[in-house]
Formats: sequence, structure tokens, C-alpha cells
Amino acid sequence: MSITTTKSAVKATPNTTRPSSGGPGVPYIPPVKKQRSVTVWFAYFWLALIILLATFAWVLPLAPYDAPVGSPRTPPKPGDLDLLFGTDKAGRSILARTIWGAQISLVVGTVAGLSGAFLGTVLGLIAGYYRKKVDWVITLVADVLLAFPVLILLLAITAIFSPSIPTLVIGLTVASIPTFMRLARASTMSWASREFVRAAKNMGAGDFRILTREILPNLLPTLSSFLPIVVAGLIVAEGSLSFLGLGVPPPTPSWGGMINGASEVLQRAPHIVFVPAIALFLTVFSLNQVGDHLRCKFDRSMQG
Amino acid sequence: MPINILQRVGYALLVIVLVTVGTTLLLSFAPGSVAEVILGEGATPENIATLKAQLGLDLPMWQQYLNWLGHALQGDLGASPITHVPVMTAIMQRLPVTLEIAFLGLAMALAVAVILGVISAAMPGSAVDRGINVLTSVFISVPPFVSGPLLIFIFAVGMHAFPSVGWSPLEAGLGPNLRNAFLPALSVAFMEIASFQRVLRTDLVSTLREDYVAAARAKGMGKAYVMFRHAFRPSSFSLLTVAGINLARLIGGTIVVETLFGLPGLGQLVSNAIMQRDVITVQGVVTFVAVVFVIVNMLVDISYGLIDPRVRKAERAAKKKTTAASRIPRKAVQA
Repeated sequence: MSITTTKSAVKATPNTTRPSSGGPGVPYIPPVKKQRSVTVWFAYFWLALIILLATFAWVLPLAPYDAPVGSPRTPPKPGDLDLLFGTDKAGRSILARTIWGAQISLVVGTVAGLSGAFLGTVLGLIAGYYRKKVDWVITLVADVLLAFPVLILLLAITAIFSPSIPTLVIGLTVASIPTFMRLARASTMSWASREFVRAAKNMGAGDFRILTREILPNLLPTLSSFLPIVVAGLIVAEGSLSFLGLGVPPPTPSWGGMINGASEVLQRAPHIVFVPAIALFLTVFSLNQVGDHLRCKFDRSMQG
Repeated sequence: MPINILQRVGYALLVIVLVTVGTTLLLSFAPGSVAEVILGEGATPENIATLKAQLGLDLPMWQQYLNWLGHALQGDLGASPITHVPVMTAIMQRLPVTLEIAFLGLAMALAVAVILGVISAAMPGSAVDRGINVLTSVFISVPPFVSGPLLIFIFAVGMHAFPSVGWSPLEAGLGPNLRNAFLPALSVAFMEIASFQRVLRTDLVSTLREDYVAAARAKGMGKAYVMFRHAFRPSSFSLLTVAGINLARLIGGTIVVETLFGLPGLGQLVSNAIMQRDVITVQGVVTFVAVVFVIVNMLVDISYGLIDPRVRKAERAAKKKTTAASRIPRKAVQA
């Protein structure tokens, strides 16, 4: 699951030579460009839009997501809000289902991501700070969790405990714990050897205080800029499960569930598949972009 | 070195044992027993009880687990109560399909990623580099259940160039086999391209800053020559590591593609087994996939040190300084 992301590793140091025109022997170093990438702005815009739509889905003048509004497989018709993106196999409004589906995907991804981040961070802090046997046991548990094939594990969990949203959140939380645990453990180890930690210890601070007041605040930038990327991964996982029919139980819409049964309708009504697919793609893409952007800004290890 | 390798093997074995324990525990929560699945709806409690005794399901959990483990160590993962096919046979029948998709997908991803990685590393920070970065960000955001329908729509529905579903085994000829494998493999490849390109680019950029590269350039060697003869090989180790680990991960991770394209692979075997509550098959496949994953990881870990002289030296130097730096405390292996 580890994805190494790096943006422009070469960073010119700003304080050295200016591009003095034609000074012999002076190396030319291009001025630092403020990177205001269009894609990052777009990513923030899309996330804001989709979160607003999902939050206010219940006040928007949308058709209900589980009742037909027209004949099945109506192609997109601009002008009519319910039929803006057409209807699905059962004649339900795809626009309404996509927006309600956004709610499910975002809530499941975010809640699972946050719980995974919390549990993983606690475990990582303990492992990285106390080292020795505790560290060994926690690392072992993480390695065991990582050895399970993720999707098969999630499928088995949802099948055993019957597919429902709480089951899904628990499964995805378990799946995201090892990533955060490894990240938190590595950072804790490097922070715990710093002088200010020793100073706090010498002044009589207890372990709990050191962990929560001295070390944790330093981990937060790294961990929280990693969060969007993990949430993106969890939205994909939820989508995969719903696509396989073991995620969000129908008739509640979810993007993966809406793509389910894709190949049958691709011939005559491709919009049924592509509207939720594009929504999912844009959301995952935006989360990845935002994560990369935040990591460049806050993650010290990325600025080396 | 040998002690280090021994430690890693011991640790890997421990992880595998814990994975099997975890799977057994998890599946023990499954409602209904195998006996009920075999006998179906109209089974009387007495029938179920006798069958349970026959199958050894009335024993305590730990004893059932040890029985299973004893058989598993001899390569016998039990037989499916529904199809009566031994799980190992079923796995071996399905494995080639999954392996082929995973291999082809990774090969495609590697080919694209090497080209993109070399170009972006040759001019880091440039508009081309940033463009490639956006492109790979797009690729990484296209999960198989999005790229699959798109590919089917373009190549199967639109151009009729490839079949949208179905599988033709290798024995029936290479041509039809590759035609069926192409779209699923491509759909798998998308997400891999991004991670490969980023790993390669990072390593290449830092290698290109080494003194010996500057020396080669100062001698007047061409840019392309320096890139491929001097920089590429020492920069490709992480790429190969990631490729190895991703191959192991894909063996259990092509369920979506197999379902979408109707391929008789490992993923379909396990998803069918999950739907039918065929606990024995699920346990067998999960164990198999996890064992492959752990072994590949371990081999990659070990070979990394064997292939790359820099790692070997660094490890030796680290060992001289502190023996405690090793990932596994020696005590744990002796115990």
C-alpha cells in the first residue's frame, strides 16, 4: 500500500545567487517558483463542492434516491434536474443517487480513515517510544495485518457480519491501522531522541505527558497530510466492495454499487456507469492531489 | 549475514502462523457451520451433529486448528464441502489466470513507468515533469472498477478490438489468450504505473546528483548514455522491490478485475466461496495468498542485500556499530 510520492525533488536555495546577468563563474540558479498548480486549486474546489452537495443533499430539490422518476435507462437530458444525468436500470435519478452516494462514500471513508489514524497513531506512539518488546509485538501485529490480502479480508468480514455500513467502517478501519501505525512509529522514534524530549524527561515529565504534549504535536502535520491519501484509498476500497455487491446494502446508493453490473448496460446506456465513475475518479484524484500538496508543505521528510 | 537471513525466515514463519490463526478465528464467527452448508435446508439436528463429528467440527477450536495446520503443512488445505474439489487443486487450477493478469499488468506498467520516469528525472521541476506528475496522479485515481468499464466501452463496445468478457486458456493458443488478457491486464496496470514512476524518478534524481555522474558528464558523455549506462541500473533497485511486492499483492488483489471481465482466477474462486459460505476454501485461499505475500516480501528483503553491494556494506557497517539496530531482537528468534 505504500506509495512514494515526490514532487520536484530539486529545490533551488532561495538565498544564494540571483540570476545576475552574465557574471562569469556564477552558477545560474533559477528563481523559486511559487507553485500554484491549477490541479491543486481544482482539487480543493471539487472537494468543497462535493462535500457541500453531500452535506446539504437533504435540502436540495432532488428526487428520492430509491424511487423511479422516469422510464429506465433514460439518457441524460439537460434542463430537467432529475434527468440531468439520466436514469438507471430502475428509472431512478442518477443525479440524486450520485449525490446521496457521495454522502455514503465520504462518510465511510472519512470515519474509517480517522478511526484508523487514531488507533494507528496510538499504537505507533507506544511502539516508537517504548521500543523493545512492546514495539516488537505491535510491529508483528501490523505485519500480520498487512499480510492479509486486503480486499479478501474485507469481503470475508462483510460477508460474515452481513453487509452494512458499520461493518464496512470497522473493516476499513482495521485495514488502515497498519499504515498509520508504521508512519507514527517511525516519526516517534526520530522525535523521541531529540533534546527537548530529554529536557522534558529531566524536568520530571511522565511518559503520558511526553507522548501527548511533546511528541504528538510534532506528528500531527505528517499524519494529517497523509490522511487525505488514505481516505482516497478507503473510498476506492469501499467502492470495490460495493461493486462486488458486498459493500453498502441496496437501495442505499454508493458509487461502487452504481457501477455494479456495468458490462450489461455499457452498450446501450453508458451514462449509468460513467456518471458515478467520474464522480468517484474526481474525488479520489482531488484527495490525492490535496494529500500531495499538504505533504509537500508540512512533511519535513519530503523537503530533504 | 546467515544469522540475519535466519532471523528473517523465522519472523516470516511467525507472521504466517499468526495469519492462519487470525483467519481461523475470523471464520469461526461465520454463522452456520460447514455441516449445515453441506446438508442444506432440510437437515435435522441429529444429521448435522453426526456430520460435525465426522468432520471433526465438534472438537474444541484449538484442536480443529491444529488438525487443519497439520494437514496444511503437508500441502492439504482440505476439500470444499460444496464442490468436493480439494482446495489446493482448485487454487492450482485458478492460479495461472491470476498470475498471467498480474504479470502482464505489471509488465505494461513497468514499460510505461520506465519511460515516464526517465523523462521526468531528466528534467526535474520542468513543465514536462509536472505534467507527468499530474498524469500519474490521474492514473493512480483510476481503480479497476472505473478503468475496466472505460476500457470495455472504448475497446470492446466501441472498436470491437477485444472481447469484453471471457477467458481462453493458454493451451488453446497464444493469440486468443492474449486477446482475452489484454484489457484486464491494462486495467490492473493503471494504478501501478504511478507508484513505479514515482519510485524510479526519486531514485534517478538522487543518483543523477552523484559525483560519478558529474564526472561522466564532464568526460563529454552524452545525456542518454549517462542516463542508461551510469544512472539507470543503480537507481532500479527500489523499482524492482516495489514490483516484486506488488506482484505478491496482486495475487490476492485482482478480484474486481476477474469479476468484471469474467475470468476464472483466484479472486473469483474466493469471492464465490465467500458468497456460498464455503469456509474451508476461503481459509485455504487466504492462507495461500498470505504465505505467497510473506515469502515474496522476505525474498525481496534478503535479495536486496545480496544484489546491491551498497546495502550489503551499509548493513555490515551498521552491525559493527550497534547489533541492536536489527529489526528483530535476537532473543525472540532463540525463544
